[in-house]
Amino acid sequence: MLTKDPEINTIDNDAVNPHKWVSRYADYLYTYAAFRINDEDLARDLVQETFLAALERKEKFEGRSTEKTWLTSILKNKIIDVYRSRSTGLAKGVDATNSDDTDTDFFDHNDGHWNDQHRPAELGIEQSDALENKEFQKILKACMKKLPALWFSVFSMKHIDDETTEMICNELKLTSSNFWVIIHRTKVNLRSCLQKNWI
Amino acid sequence: MKELSEAELKKIAYNCRKATFLIEKQQIGKITLREKMELKIHLTGCSICVTFMQQSAVINQMARKLFASDHRELKLDEGFKEQLQKRINNQLDKN
Repeated sequence: MLTKDPEINTIDNDAVNPHKWVSRYADYLYTYAAFRINDEDLARDLVQETFLAALERKEKFEGRSTEKTWLTSILKNKIIDVYRSRSTGLAKGVDATNSDDTDTDFFDHNDGHWNDQHRPAELGIEQSDALENKEFQKILKACMKKLPALWFSVFSMKHIDDETTEMICNELKLTSSNFWVIIHRTKVNLRSCLQKNWI
Repeated sequence: MKELSEAELKKIAYNCRKATFLIEKQQIGKITLREKMELKIHLTGCSICVTFMQQSAVINQMARKLFASDHRELKLDEGFKEQLQKRINNQLDKN
């Protein structure tokens, strides 16, 4: 549509109201970021950057999504930038995906069987009613915080934000086989941490 | 599909590392028919990995729940918010 309907224009302008951004969305965006990057100071910076970036391109906001969704998507890209910088930092140091060290902790090097201290035991959480267990939630969160940055990024993008495997591999520059190794190790690690702290 | 030799079957039956890898892969992606069969064979004889599988699924659900946006909201410092809104307003006035 080439001719602009003035009425639609007004509606679009109303949809973006920067004077209300902080009171409406700052806490929400802050929470969103803080949970995903495990760093409250950085989360605060990202919220600020998000609003400033949004201001610069507010003319481009087409009103196809809500203001909140739009701001969240800007923040999301910033979070992925953080993930990316953290994972390249890791790659330069210890390659988190290419060593057998962490794996042999969990499984016998020769036959691939569970090692004693990491062997899954029934924890009484096998059924989903454990989802309501606050103590368990707390332990899971603490265990997630202990994950290497790259693993946490992959886990969070996959299990919390439901991103496609392809997208995650592209954004974090992972091969698909690295991706699966990380997914596997993360879970084995998390589960073991839960068991250790639950009993 | 080629039949599995006894040695291969034995290897699968005892390899929890491989089985848990397939469990994870199956939860979020696709595994081949052959892999499905391997996993089934393993799980028939390994109750430990069955437990792993159940717990793994619970962990996924719980992580999602923990991070759901309507979950407990953190609050930014009021002073910071005030400064931020000022900064936005200044920027708006410039344009």
